[in-house]
Amino acid sequence: MFRCRVAAVAEKLVRSLRSLTPRPRGRAAAGNLLQRWNVPLKLQMSRQMASSGAPGGKGDSSVFVLIVGLSTLGAGAYVYKTLKEDKERFNDRIEAMAMKSQDVKSTSEMGAASQATTAEQGLTTAEQGAPETDPSARPECPSHAPFLLIGGGTAAFAAARSIRARDPGARVLIVSEDPDLPYMRPPLSKELWFSEDPNVTETLRFKQWNGKERSIYFQPPSFYVPARDLPCIENGGVAVLSSKKVVHMDVRGNVVKLDDGTQISYDKCLIATGGSPRNLPAIERAGKDVQQRLTLFRKIEDFRALEKISREVKSITIIGGGFLGSELACALGRKVQATGLEVIQMFPENGNMGKVLPEYLSNWTTDKVKREGVNVMPNAVVKSVCVCGNRLIIKLKDGRKVETDHIVAAVGLEPNVELAKSAGLEVDSDFGGFRVNAELQARSNIWVAGDAACFYDIKLGRRRVEHHDHAVVSGRLAGENMTGAAKPYWHQSMFWSDLGPDVGYEAIGLVDSSLPTVGVFAKATAKDTPKSATEQSGTGIRSESETEAEASEITISASSPSTPQVPKQGEDYGKGVIFYIRDKVVVGIVLWNIFNRMPIARKIIKDGEEHADLNEVAKLFNIHED
Amino acid sequence: MSYCREEGKDRIIFVTKEDHETPSSAELVADDPNDPYEDQGLILPNGDINWNCPCLGGMASGPCGEQFKSAFSCFHYSTEEIKGSDCVDQFRAMQECMQKYPDLYPQEDDEERENQSKDLETTPAEAAVAKEEKGSS
Repeated sequence: MFRCRVAAVAEKLVRSLRSLTPRPRGRAAAGNLLQRWNVPLKLQMSRQMASSGAPGGKGDSSVFVLIVGLSTLGAGAYVYKTLKEDKERFNDRIEAMAMKSQDVKSTSEMGAASQATTAEQGLTTAEQGAPETDPSARPECPSHAPFLLIGGGTAAFAAARSIRARDPGARVLIVSEDPDLPYMRPPLSKELWFSEDPNVTETLRFKQWNGKERSIYFQPPSFYVPARDLPCIENGGVAVLSSKKVVHMDVRGNVVKLDDGTQISYDKCLIATGGSPRNLPAIERAGKDVQQRLTLFRKIEDFRALEKISREVKSITIIGGGFLGSELACALGRKVQATGLEVIQMFPENGNMGKVLPEYLSNWTTDKVKREGVNVMPNAVVKSVCVCGNRLIIKLKDGRKVETDHIVAAVGLEPNVELAKSAGLEVDSDFGGFRVNAELQARSNIWVAGDAACFYDIKLGRRRVEHHDHAVVSGRLAGENMTGAAKPYWHQSMFWSDLGPDVGYEAIGLVDSSLPTVGVFAKATAKDTPKSATEQSGTGIRSESETEAEASEITISASSPSTPQVPKQGEDYGKGVIFYIRDKVVVGIVLWNIFNRMPIARKIIKDGEEHADLNEVAKLFNIHED
Repeated sequence: MSYCREEGKDRIIFVTKEDHETPSSAELVADDPNDPYEDQGLILPNGDINWNCPCLGGMASGPCGEQFKSAFSCFHYSTEEIKGSDCVDQFRAMQECMQKYPDLYPQEDDEERENQSKDLETTPAEAAVAKEEKGSS
């Protein structure tokens, strides 16, 4: 009986997993699964939340399956636990395993276990002969790591995942400057600001697209093994050396040196050093009293600091009109009504996201950001900043003066390439970042992923991408290649952003506003102006209820017989698709307030074909549907 | 009726639902099912398990990855009449490992557990379905 039940659990597990493709978003296969598990279909269909995911690149599916997998396994555990006759044996096994894990000489067993796992996986693990040393006598930091990952962000974590999945028993060491364990950054400028938990700066938990809460940390501390145990722990694992910086790299000797002088040799190394927020020259020139009222936003500590400041000051000015600046402006703008905080956003472009969106859409977006309570100042170039009395005075090139209490500079990222010199690696003169080939490889044993990688995209040419999903995708790919996959960058990463209730978009490829674009929008009717849609849904902030709300907010009743109106300037970009063209080929796509269409967009970019009529291509996106 | 205007280099088209009801004449390139670079699903074209499939949600790379792989591949390659019935030890080892990491592999709450156990009551039907699947996998 027990055997049968375990088998049934196994069946379920396998069937659940089998019915999923890597990116099942909105696919029929996932539907069955959902019915099975009584999860509303809408959840599965909803917006990809890569940030929610373990870096499989496609957070929705992986997390979902993790949940499904775990509930299945949980059932197994339940069944198992109820079988009293097995309890004794269970206890014995647990004890045996506990003893085993203390035994540092268990490599032979490990080998046997690995062999049993997969026939097709070459066991390339660099198993170190386990030294017979007292654990306390081991150095805090191992002197050798088969897989050394420099940087502790999303790309590094994704690579660790990928290495471990492909190489049984792999020993992965992450060396991170950050004091925190690997975490995802998008919620720092998105969901965390909309949390109703007053302790959110401590919990760092947010609601995902599926309504479930999770931490921004990819994994709890128990996921990681202590660095000192890494060389000898059974089945390997991932260890993190936090608050340590790699300062020197000897490529020929395959050795790095840390800021505390420690040397670590490696077999394969990933550079995932990310970037540091840029500052404005005008602010750098200003005195210390100005610097003290400045936030360069990037890390958990920056979120915590800005959250505190936003409760203490009367006015915050965000400089920068890109993703981070616009998201933070909307997040802080929400406090305008509640607390009377003044939020100013200034940037040199004509409108929000002006470097990404075509001008008409950028202007439209700016109107929406203003509705969020933000005082948006386009065409603003900062000339100087000083402290006058107890306030900051920002002087603009055109003579305007702005008084405020605190500045957030969100003016881009400088890739961290200090290691290029000692390692003799090439830094790209146009895009910045370490120059790597299509397989993200810089040298024989060195790969680069995430913000710091300037890579060759076979479809779109040389690029460097600063987005979360790219960190996931490139980290994953680097991990595959570090374990012998020899795959080029092929799966295009995407990104997404929400700016208040009327603007939510996903994008893929080269979305550069200097390229010619063709935008195809659903013609507005009185009923489906974004405003009325928002009013109907009753929610002011999309992110609050995440994607379910997104889907319903933008719903246009397909069967409604309302008569089309001539679109009015400023009210007509409710939803649609925007193609970015280079050499007659679509190289980038923005999905504007339409969701679950990324696979189609990805396919069009991958094809790289010339299309005579992009309106025909737009039909593939069913922009009038939910 | 569709409506079109240009703003500099940017072209803007507004379309009604009716405009877009006719089938698209855009041609897409047929996908190569054996594209060596494309991310594959859980089962690779050659029948092997893709341990790096995001659909596994990190199961294969976590602290119990070894045990998970062992159990899962045993099941996948099982030729027993009741598929996986020869994998009890592997599944048990996996459960035991997971119980050591309660915050990584949380136990379901009672309500869900009940549903699960009810689900298990339907085993005969499921086994039948699974058998069919076995034939096609």
